[in-house]
Amino acid sequence: MDNIKMRAKLSGDANSGTTEVKLIMNHPMETGRKKDDFGQLIPAHFIQLVTAKLNGKTVLEMQWGTGISKNPYLTFYLKGAALNDKISIDWVDNLGKTGNGEILVVAA
Amino acid sequence: MQRRNFLKIASGVALALLMHPMRVLANLWNKPAFEAVKIIDAKTNLGLGQEMPSKDIDIVAPDRAENGAIVQIEITSRIPNTESISVLVENNPTSLIGHFVFSNGALPQLVTRIKMADTSDVKVIVKAGDAYFSAAKNVVVLENGCG
Repeated sequence: MDNIKMRAKLSGDANSGTTEVKLIMNHPMETGRKKDDFGQLIPAHFIQLVTAKLNGKTVLEMQWGTGISKNPYLTFYLKGAALNDKISIDWVDNLGKTGNGEILVVAA
Repeated sequence: MQRRNFLKIASGVALALLMHPMRVLANLWNKPAFEAVKIIDAKTNLGLGQEMPSKDIDIVAPDRAENGAIVQIEITSRIPNTESISVLVENNPTSLIGHFVFSNGALPQLVTRIKMADTSDVKVIVKAGDAYFSAAKNVVVLENGCG
C-alpha cells in the first residue's frame, strides 16, 4: 500500500459530478538501455500492466512501456463515483512484481 | 473420507489451473507492440486501423522540454464513444509509450509523464468503435530522457 500515493476528489454530486483521481507510483521504470557508473547496463525494470477499479469494477486498463517516466504519475477522471466509493489500483511489472493501492472518494 | 478430500482438493487445483491462464490472457501485455521501433509496426500490433486526423483530440504538452526524462502530457478526446487512447513518440527507441482503455464511466482524458529521447511529435490515436482518429503535438527536446 505504501508504493502508491493516491487521492480522489469528487466535484459536484455523484450523478453529474466528475471524480478526479491522481496517483504517483514508486517505481524505477528502467528502460534496460541505461548504464550504471561502472558501464554496466541496468536491466529493464518497468511497470507493464495497470488496472484501475471503482468499487471493484474495472474503469481503466493500461499497458505501459519503458517510455513512462520514473515514478509514474497519472490523473484520470470518472463519472458515476460517489463519496466514499473505493478506487483501487493494481500493477504488475516485467519482473512479475506487483503493487496496489486504494483510496476513498472525498469531496473536492 | 480421505478419498473425498482428495477429490475436493484435486478439483480445486484443476479449477485454479483453468482460471489462471484466463486471468493472464485478460491482462496480456502486448510485447510486439511495445518492442516495435516504428509507429506503423506498433499500430499494427495493437490492431489499430487507418486513422483520420481529428480536431477533437487535445494534447497539452510543452513546446520545449529541457529534460526528456519527464515530459508531462495531457490528452483529452471529445470523440463520442472513445474506447482507447494510444500514445506514441516516433523518435523514441521504441515508439509506443502507453495504451489506455476506458470503461464504466471513465472519461477519455488523462495526464501522465513520458520520456522523450529527441525532438519528436507526440502522437495520440483514439479508437471509437471501428473508427480511428489521431492528433499530434511537437515537443522540442533539449536533453535525451531515454538514457
